[in-house]
Amino acid sequence: MLKPRLGAGLWMNRLVNAWSNREIGLQLVAGLILIALWEAGVRLGNVPDFILPAPSQVVVSLVKSFPVIAGHTRITLYEAMVGFVIAVVLSFVLAFVMDGVPVIKKALYPILVISQTIPIITVAPLFVIWFGYGLLPKVIVVTLVCFFPMVVSFMGGLQSVDKDMYDLLKSMGASRMQIFRLLKLPGALPSLFSGMKISAAYSIMGAVIGEWLGARAGLGEFMRRSMHSFAVDKTFAAIIVITVLSLGVFEIIKLLEGWFMPWAKYAARQEE
Amino acid sequence: MKKIEVIGISSKYEDLRVLEDISLYTDERELVSILGPSGCGKSTLFNIISGLIKPETGRVLIEDREYTGKPGRVSYMHQKDLLFPWRTIRDNVCIPLVIRGEGIEKARASVDKYFPVFGLEGFQDKYPSQLSGGMRQRAALLRTYMFKSDIMLLDEPFGGLDAITRRKMQEWLLQVIERLGSTILFITHDIDEAIFLSDRIYIFTERPASVSRVFTVDIERPRGSKTFTSDRFNRLKESILELL
Repeated sequence: MLKPRLGAGLWMNRLVNAWSNREIGLQLVAGLILIALWEAGVRLGNVPDFILPAPSQVVVSLVKSFPVIAGHTRITLYEAMVGFVIAVVLSFVLAFVMDGVPVIKKALYPILVISQTIPIITVAPLFVIWFGYGLLPKVIVVTLVCFFPMVVSFMGGLQSVDKDMYDLLKSMGASRMQIFRLLKLPGALPSLFSGMKISAAYSIMGAVIGEWLGARAGLGEFMRRSMHSFAVDKTFAAIIVITVLSLGVFEIIKLLEGWFMPWAKYAARQEE
Repeated sequence: MKKIEVIGISSKYEDLRVLEDISLYTDERELVSILGPSGCGKSTLFNIISGLIKPETGRVLIEDREYTGKPGRVSYMHQKDLLFPWRTIRDNVCIPLVIRGEGIEKARASVDKYFPVFGLEGFQDKYPSQLSGGMRQRAALLRTYMFKSDIMLLDEPFGGLDAITRRKMQEWLLQVIERLGSTILFITHDIDEAIFLSDRIYIFTERPASVSRVFTVDIERPRGSKTFTSDRFNRLKESILELL
């Protein structure tokens, strides 16, 4: 079973392993070259700070304003987590209902798909008008962003149940609830988790969008304010934090996945 | 009293006639094979005997009682092992007991004593993907046995295995059922397998399937690898080959 041990040691181990496996060697080199080009371009071209700061400046600015950024980060993370958890519960319930009652699926599924064609950025300001500058409008944006990928993947998992396994349980006299618990739910876990991984990474972005359109605090608000005062280096510093956060929540869901699905690593090994 | 008695079963799939007036029976503790070409409707017959689907005409009697269209009386094992990849072998074997309403702890305790009999000792905590094809079929058979031990329908259980493993599994099956005393109805399209395992063999025709002949296998038990080269075995094989 995967032990959920987070921390510097694990990351160092992974980095060293990946390096020795030549997995990330190329990416790392490519990334470093890009950053070096950026740094050189800004310095040699005398690009003003408020247009494009050099990477070194961004790092300096990140370190300097870290206490401020950390405060905003906490708020953004909180909004993202609340919205994400609500989206998980909602999508779980809705997928369960749509899987169990085909009429509801027929009625709701097209509406769900159409709802995804509405750009979230155009409706988010409405939430500010309706619900003000507090937590609620951000949570709504996060929930809306996270909800769809999860409901689709989870329902797909529930519906792609193995017909022969289903018949086997039926022939043993299993009830619908037993079939759900023994077959459908565990069978849908892989798709549930792939939806959750996507949505977790989106959740940070959702919170930032929500804040950008009107907030008192949070990374989105911090970025907007930095932009307006031409402190582009701070904007970039916030972008770095957002990227790290998104990757972080993605990795946390991956750890949970390994913990909930201990069999998956054997199955993967067999396929190799 | 016949253990299983099938009387005049006919069945259609959409407009296709699949089974035509099938009658057969098995006695207590008998192993009876149904031998016929692939896709001739043998699996449909098993679905009918297990009560999953209803026949057009005909009846299914088990120990003289009416069981036409009533599921849950006999256990049924497929060619695919159908082990749930997310459950350990022990928990897979527990499934029939859990469905019956037993708690998982109690179910685990009651299945454990069968693992040595089925040659699965030490594999309880493994996941299906960690086991070879032959071992998975053993686990699937144990799960089948845990559902209903007295009558088992086995639908080409070794069909997906390589020839060497299949031969081993056939000998293993004979040893196991010797100890279990179950009545078994066995589907196969492998003549050697049918003769080696069975007390009697029903030969099915192409679709729509009907019984073309019944052979009694008068080869004494216990049977072993020498059985495959014995005179009686070869004579029987010859007459079945003539028929097919």
